[in-house]
Amino acid sequence: MGIFEPVTVLGGLGLLFGAGLSIASKAFEVEVNPKVEEVRQVLPGANCGACGFPGCDGLANAIAGGKAPVNACSVGGQAVADQVADIMGVNPAESVRKVAVVLCQGDCHKAKDKYIYNGIADCRAQNILAGGSKSCSYGCLGCGTCKDVCEFDAIQIIDGIAVIDKEKCTSCEKCIGVCPKGIIELVPYEQEVIVKCKSNDKGKNVRENCSIGCIGCQICVKNCPEDAFVFEKFLAKIDYEKCTNCGICADKCPTKAIWSSLEGVQAKAE
Amino acid sequence: MGLFTILISNIFVNNYVLARFLGICPFLGVSNKTETATGMGIAVTFVVTLSSIITYAIHKYILLPRELVYLQTIVFILVIAALVQFVEMVMKKTSPGLYSALGVYLPLITTNCVVLGVALLNVQEGNNLIETIFTAVGASLGFMLSLILISAIREQLVIKDVPEALEGFPIALITAGLMSIAFLGFNGLV
Repeated sequence: MGIFEPVTVLGGLGLLFGAGLSIASKAFEVEVNPKVEEVRQVLPGANCGACGFPGCDGLANAIAGGKAPVNACSVGGQAVADQVADIMGVNPAESVRKVAVVLCQGDCHKAKDKYIYNGIADCRAQNILAGGSKSCSYGCLGCGTCKDVCEFDAIQIIDGIAVIDKEKCTSCEKCIGVCPKGIIELVPYEQEVIVKCKSNDKGKNVRENCSIGCIGCQICVKNCPEDAFVFEKFLAKIDYEKCTNCGICADKCPTKAIWSSLEGVQAKAE
Repeated sequence: MGLFTILISNIFVNNYVLARFLGICPFLGVSNKTETATGMGIAVTFVVTLSSIITYAIHKYILLPRELVYLQTIVFILVIAALVQFVEMVMKKTSPGLYSALGVYLPLITTNCVVLGVALLNVQEGNNLIETIFTAVGASLGFMLSLILISAIREQLVIKDVPEALEGFPIALITAGLMSIAFLGFNGLV
């Protein structure tokens, strides 16, 4: 008798709650997009969070909801992207691998300082002090906050500016979120020509602050055979979809603010 | 004890995190950002209040008459686990916005010992229903308060020049200790 009552009470309560929950789960059933489950199956399941979503479930939800591209999983690479694209009925060829690029080349030798910064080695802290020590208010501060958050060891500080190794970059966007200057952007992996300057200052001011900034001369705009340049606020910007990587702009650019990895152009630049 | 006294006592003097040391896990785990700390606080308030009402009823009408008070811990855990599941389902259906805002913190509350602690202490102190509700609300407001306080401090700590050996969790633990000492100052208020 002693054991009977507690067992019934506990078992009864358990049964009651269990039944209640199963009824509730039917009553409050939310229809889930079946694609969510399918996408979830082909994702690696490592829950690493490199995509910027909370785990693979989060990404599956986002992809099925159209909020994330099919190739958002950088860990799974092309193989996973193809499978996901298959499920979502999207052409996988549309997916372009992107990598993060720091849009500043004003290193210690090329950009001028307005004061000597001796504080905490963190760009966010430095940025609070009159926008950082560089006289150009758009430039990379070089404290390496992006390097610290990079989990793939893809960022190095060379001569006072951050440089991202595009082979190691997985486009997780962590550095983009942490940069107080907002000068890190995603650029197609295949892109060979990039305007590495974000300064919206007038040409004269850019020249005073930095020898490798975009001065807004528009020579690139005039010389581009594909009409791939967008020019606003004294800054040239390449439309990566139109650009054919011909390298003419990088060749003509008087300050070399347009960076290029094409061999011929680089030789001339030096 | 007046109801207002109960509220003040649970929020400040007997703060569940900083004076009773319950719920330390979420206190350190989700206190990186004020935003998530607030979300967690709201979710806990919701669950603690509901669960203490239900456990109060179960204790009074099922356990006491049958002299099964020794089962209270396991029964209360059962109630909390089922309740959190239920709340999750209802929320998913009725307000997806709040559901996605709380995200993973909602199921995590199952293992938050503040919830169980409030339920057990209520029963031990023989509170009536109104007192139970006020204790529950006070306890969860106190939990939310301490969570928001430490998250605000930790947001600042991120950009401060902390000695390398103390970066991250060590400095958070030290901060928590100092906050606890500060809350000792409320002793004697009630």
